[in-house]
Amino acid sequence: MRRLALLIPSLAGISIAVFLMIHLVPGDPAQAMLGERANAETLTALRHEMGLDQPLYKQFGRFVVDLLQGDLGRSFRTHEKVTTEVFRRFPATCELTLAAMLFAMVGGLGLGLLAAVRRGSTVDYFSMAVATAGISMPVFWLALVLILLLAVNFPIFPISGRLSSYTYLESRTGFYLLDALLAGDLRAFGDVLRHLALPAVTLGTIPLAVIARMTRSSLLEVLGEDYIRTAWAKGLPRRLVLLRHAVRNAFIPTLTVIALEFGYLLGGAIITETIFAWPGIGRWLFLAVQSRDFRAVQGGVLLLASLFILINLLADMLYAWLDPRIRYDRR
Amino acid sequence: MTSISQFRRVLLGACLTVLAACGGSGHSADTLVFGRGSDSVGLDPALETDGESFKVCDNLYETLVTYSPGSTQVVPQLAREWSVDESGLEWTFHLRTDVQFHDGTPFNAEAMLFSLGRQFFPDHPFHKLAAGSYQYWKDMGMDDIIADMSAPNDSTFVVRLAAPNAPFLSNLGMNFCAAVSPTAVRTHGADYFKNPVGTGPFRFVEWLKDERIVLARNDSYWGPEPQIKRLVFRSIQDPSVRFLELRAGALHGMDNLSPEFLDELRANDQINLLTQPGMNVGYLAMNNDKPPYDDRRVRMALNHAINKQSLVDNFYGGLAEAAKNPIPPMMWSYNDDIEPYAYDPARARALLAEAGFANGFDTELWAMPAPRPYMPQPEKIAQAIQADLAQVGIRARIVSMEWATYLDKVFNGHHDLCLLGWTGDNGDPDNFLYVLLDKMAAIKPAQNVAFYRSDELHDILVAGRTQTDPAIRTQLYREAQRIIHRDAPWVPLVHATQTAAFRRQVDGFQLHPTGSKWFSATHITTSN
Repeated sequence: MRRLALLIPSLAGISIAVFLMIHLVPGDPAQAMLGERANAETLTALRHEMGLDQPLYKQFGRFVVDLLQGDLGRSFRTHEKVTTEVFRRFPATCELTLAAMLFAMVGGLGLGLLAAVRRGSTVDYFSMAVATAGISMPVFWLALVLILLLAVNFPIFPISGRLSSYTYLESRTGFYLLDALLAGDLRAFGDVLRHLALPAVTLGTIPLAVIARMTRSSLLEVLGEDYIRTAWAKGLPRRLVLLRHAVRNAFIPTLTVIALEFGYLLGGAIITETIFAWPGIGRWLFLAVQSRDFRAVQGGVLLLASLFILINLLADMLYAWLDPRIRYDRR
Repeated sequence: MTSISQFRRVLLGACLTVLAACGGSGHSADTLVFGRGSDSVGLDPALETDGESFKVCDNLYETLVTYSPGSTQVVPQLAREWSVDESGLEWTFHLRTDVQFHDGTPFNAEAMLFSLGRQFFPDHPFHKLAAGSYQYWKDMGMDDIIADMSAPNDSTFVVRLAAPNAPFLSNLGMNFCAAVSPTAVRTHGADYFKNPVGTGPFRFVEWLKDERIVLARNDSYWGPEPQIKRLVFRSIQDPSVRFLELRAGALHGMDNLSPEFLDELRANDQINLLTQPGMNVGYLAMNNDKPPYDDRRVRMALNHAINKQSLVDNFYGGLAEAAKNPIPPMMWSYNDDIEPYAYDPARARALLAEAGFANGFDTELWAMPAPRPYMPQPEKIAQAIQADLAQVGIRARIVSMEWATYLDKVFNGHHDLCLLGWTGDNGDPDNFLYVLLDKMAAIKPAQNVAFYRSDELHDILVAGRTQTDPAIRTQLYREAQRIIHRDAPWVPLVHATQTAAFRRQVDGFQLHPTGSKWFSATHITTSN
């Protein structure tokens, strides 16, 4: 509860910071929006419409009052309500993030585990080489290589988008895999899955590498602990020692990494979304910043920051479940 | 063990589904997929100001008048014919009576009055919208041009002007003057921009934001029936990915090609490259309010010092034309008799010496921070100009800042030299010359960023606005270009070319000088 209560000052701090950042940077948003066509009349009218002719404290007051009523306003760039914009794009980002994290976790935990158990072997070196390459590769490069290899030269996967131009799917939840299942349309489900593959691998490669390295090092540390030696000495089977005693404890630092990576990815991945024409939240926010659409930036950042804090809170609660020694409300 | 085998079964099932879907995604010869760099902002023609919105609106909506293929000459569309009274103030439009909106409601004079009236009458119930304001209407000065409008009967629409204004007719062909269904606007209110209903050859089907907009053929269209049944606009931001999609056949066409793909495109026999001179100009403005640019000899020297052809070759991949006038060559009244200032550094040095600057001078060259349609690489162009100026002894320091600040400072005359440009709206020379070079446009914040004030030019440009005879207007604008060339307030640099590429089996698409993308005559000859 104490941690939940801390959420309120954190969010208040974030809203003030975002508001000030947007309003104190040089350049008039109305001017940016009108471009070459701005003249004295249109500038005054647009500044009035955007509320920019009011003093800063009044603008902030208005923002807070609207926020308390759950109204984040309308984006100047897209005419749309900011909440609608965020919630419309969130499923796309979330679906991609979940797929990327699934790939990263399965791959990362697998590689890390293998490397730790066979420490010093070829498997270890190979796994860590893969992990190092994963961290070092620029995302845009990996994306283009994957596209050229698996979508152009061997056209197994589509190049970009979430859905083929000829597939029609009634979007109920915005999660297309789920929508396809709800519609009972297996063909659309396959189409969505094929479109998801390359962006998920691209986005999941760095987290995979981080998770693999973290799993390896924390598992190696745990394997040297006394209680593991005791478990071996008791003659417990190898699988039991590794999975029940070692991995569960070694998983806590890895979980921190997973939660952090998950939180970052949910904020949208501008490069991956841009290359794969993925209609996610990262690119939307990027365009909002670029066009000085301050209502969209304020609202978008606030919603994403809340989500990031909530995910980390969830991860903290998971620690306690994984390791009973960790308790937050008990002193 | 049971759970593991269950897991394996699920995994196998998923793999089989993927494989089943790998067999292709049902390409169809009656669906055309067009790729562009970003999504539309909205689909209410009166609310939008961006090209990507207009690209879709072009196919959903129609206007009283439109532009003929390949030129900006005004021809009838929803108005069969029109007349103007002797005072030049009252314009009467006789409307087609066989047109209906996509929602089945009839198009008539009342609907036209609603479409334009919501932008004009401050007390109109749809004048103020939560979704935005009628920016283009204001930008084009329609509130000052028009005094009143009315619909005396179903097929007659009358507009009364405040003063005779010839470009008014061209303005009526622009997207913001399109007919919208009053019923749909009343039903959807602030959300009309995502539920558009027009009279055009295609009707709206679906909009997946940042993914695609799908239109379908309007089966009750009054004009020739479009040959494609579905028109899909896909948003693919990355130009190289967009190009790969075209090459792979997932797109039938795309626009705004990067110069680096041109060679490959020209060598690919499956793809046709289309080009069209653009209705734009990129220029270097010299601040006439600041010495030494108040001296015509210095301004002429700069015109001789800059190698425009080298800019075209190096920064536009050849897809541009060196400029000699402020208006592009495809525009009516373009004065081709004007002899351009030749690239001649020696002549430039002589002119500078004559003006008392034999040793050159120090100056600031302002360059915009962001690429614009008329100038894709402003910083590099600034560097090339800096090098050209150095050749004649002018030591230019490049200044750049964030885009909004840049415009604000340039419009208020803080610069010595600045790069800027313009993309035309309605195909009328007034839309370039009056907006960018008349003395009335030099009042701060000014769009005449050369702060060039000529009474001689002003009289001609005002006459050009009030005259309705095309022949007289042509003469007036040709003379205007001669005066501007003589006074040299700018160095007109380039007119950038529009580009698009289509798969070979797509036929009937034509680029238009205004940048409009009309697909009603386009068809696909064979399946992809």
